[in-house]
Amino acid sequence: MNPMPCHDPAPLDGILARYPHDEPSLIQVLQDVHHAYNYLPCDVLLKVAETLEVPLPRVFSVATFYKAFSLSPQGKVIVKICTGTACHIRGAPQLVDELERQLHLKPGQTTQDMAFTLKTVNCVGACAMAPLVIVNEKYHGNAKAAEMTGYLKTGSDDVR
Amino acid sequence: MSAETRVESKAAFEAWRDRLRTERGGRKAEVLVCCGTGCLANGARDVAEAIDGAMRARGLDASVGFFEKHTGCHGFCERGPLVLLRPSGVLYTRVKPRDAKAIVEETVEKGQIVQKLLYRNPETKKPVEKYDEIPFYANQTRVAMRRIGQIDPTDLGDAVAAGAYAGMVRALLEMKPEAVIAEVEASGLRGRGGAGFATARKWKSCRQAKGERKFILCNGDEGDPGAFKDRSIMEGDPHSVVEGMVIGAYAVGAHEGYVYVRDEYPLAVVNLTLALEQARKAGLLGKNILGTGFDFDIRISRGGGAFVCGESSALMRSLEGKVGEPRAKYVHATDRGLFDLPTVLNNVETWSDVGAILEHGGAWFAGMGTAKSKGTKAFSLVGKVKNTGLIELPMGTTMRHIVYGIGGGIKDDRPFKAVQTGGPSGGCVPASMLDVPVDYEKLTEAGSMMGSGGMIVMDDRTCMVDVARYFLKFLVEESCGKCTPCREGLKQMLAMYEDLCAGRGREGDLARIERLAAAMQLGSLCDLGRSAPNPVLSTLKHFRDEYVAHIRDKDCPAGICRDLVIYDIVAERCEGCRVCIKACPTGAITGELKQAHVLDQSKCISCGSCFDVCPTDAVVWSKKTANAGGKEAA
Repeated sequence: MNPMPCHDPAPLDGILARYPHDEPSLIQVLQDVHHAYNYLPCDVLLKVAETLEVPLPRVFSVATFYKAFSLSPQGKVIVKICTGTACHIRGAPQLVDELERQLHLKPGQTTQDMAFTLKTVNCVGACAMAPLVIVNEKYHGNAKAAEMTGYLKTGSDDVR
Repeated sequence: MSAETRVESKAAFEAWRDRLRTERGGRKAEVLVCCGTGCLANGARDVAEAIDGAMRARGLDASVGFFEKHTGCHGFCERGPLVLLRPSGVLYTRVKPRDAKAIVEETVEKGQIVQKLLYRNPETKKPVEKYDEIPFYANQTRVAMRRIGQIDPTDLGDAVAAGAYAGMVRALLEMKPEAVIAEVEASGLRGRGGAGFATARKWKSCRQAKGERKFILCNGDEGDPGAFKDRSIMEGDPHSVVEGMVIGAYAVGAHEGYVYVRDEYPLAVVNLTLALEQARKAGLLGKNILGTGFDFDIRISRGGGAFVCGESSALMRSLEGKVGEPRAKYVHATDRGLFDLPTVLNNVETWSDVGAILEHGGAWFAGMGTAKSKGTKAFSLVGKVKNTGLIELPMGTTMRHIVYGIGGGIKDDRPFKAVQTGGPSGGCVPASMLDVPVDYEKLTEAGSMMGSGGMIVMDDRTCMVDVARYFLKFLVEESCGKCTPCREGLKQMLAMYEDLCAGRGREGDLARIERLAAAMQLGSLCDLGRSAPNPVLSTLKHFRDEYVAHIRDKDCPAGICRDLVIYDIVAERCEGCRVCIKACPTGAITGELKQAHVLDQSKCISCGSCFDVCPTDAVVWSKKTANAGGKEAA
């Protein structure tokens, strides 16, 4: 087995200091970890399990149950397509198709160069603007497949 | 602005509120920019900055009585970004940053109207100046959303001046806990999260439950796709949630509370966190609330992004830091809920209603609505309707009034097909039932349910088989996997629907689907599984002919199922406007301006984007014949 890559422990220490060391803190801690490391690295999860005194299998069961968590590194730009009902009937499937074509990704995957991760979300609650594409934090309402290249560019601009 | 000192009596509260009101009454003008999610997606942030810049350029600031505020969602998202002026009540719609100068120099300074920014009544073609004269707003009665859009959600003073915490002051300082429960009972308030359980009954059981440690929870895990009223309440008026929860805690004798907020709602977390801090500082939350000796505090817990966590027992497991798997419900949460202790869980909208009920009285609330469904209800009106947005109406309003009176009818004046309510646990209300009054009972009778208030309007371009497949796919992803009928039933059901939509449906499929649906309803552990077949059964009941077309004729009457239809352009009707060329994602359409365009079938993916944009009805679809690439006359 490959030795586990080691991540900078500093952000984790800061996170753990903010919460009581018990099981009810687990999800909140994992959320902050995900935010700090952009995913849930295994070595970090190990430390979380030890500190909160939650068995490691239970940490993994929580980490794989909730959609907010990913066990693999995420791209620099996260492209989310809202697939809520309103978005679905106003053309979200076309948007997903278009992104799959442009990025050669299925939802949940990341490009090889780690530039983009494609995700679908079950409604972001901006249904009046359906369909929606969210590139990093930028919402594009009444989105059109033909304008997808422009949406993706706004995300790349953010990174640069 | 918050209270300088803690509020510890009714007189002090009223004096504080009077001071806030007098101060606000003396303002020359307030410019309210809607910064709800819909308007932000439309560029409201830039509009707000432009207005701020224009006001500063003219020396209009707080020192001379001019204020610019960012508010929560006004509801009329279709027309965003929205700018409301007070005290005049003038509403500007679809405002662009470049309009800021005119708004400030004409309207704010001189009181003159900028005509081109007014909403135009599509029927009379006349511009409407005032916010409350626009039919979309004029037809609403707002209780849970009473302050959203009117106040800056980050300003406690704004909320209090507009009536926040008045109900709580009355409850804590003038009433016994039993009297508070009696008032809620008199209001007839039922859970706004969907199931419609009587709120007072829940509170009473929890009050009577043994044990010192009890919990008050707020369900802000608004998972139903197509619903966003809870998001707007938490973002636009977080103090209404805090107030309701304190009242509930006082009534049942709880000292700890949690708000469980969906992971996808970051702004709600920010605004709620701020509201809690402000309320604590003012003595409205935390230790010794209002000087009564009563302690209650609230913590925020962010969800992990799982639909099933909207289910009460799953939500409590998630709060405990565990996987959100539901429990069998033979034990009530009011006896053994969070950490196995007595717990009351109510929806965001329910909590917001509670404050208003304690302020105005249960009888006032019960004076609205129908025999068994009292008060008002918030809905998000979305889909293929002209005026999409957030609305609140008395229970019992007809679907027709909602879709045509407030919604302004179907987008592009296409034929109405159905309204989907209740999310993945609900169903579709067809055209024949448009005059049914909307309340808990009537929606259930129609084969749907209230749910969390999403109303998704569908037109003839919506395939009902595809809609059912959509919900199944949603539920396959969201089923927690604990019980077999839900986990495996959904998977098999989805496989059958994939076949139906791909033209591989067989005779007998409908009977098989109905049999499986019955098994899931009977055998599933929680309401997610038990109600999962609802979208299937309601579309089967009301739109059976569409299913038959998919199975027998291998045809999709709405032209949505891509494996069943091909699109083409009728040259005689095409005026060569190039609109479809721009809309086509695969570059399948070619042609010069003012010349008939041509669709290349080898590149076409049958997505229908061209059909939806063609102004001259030159794009047509037809059934795909067995020999691939062959065309049938349109």
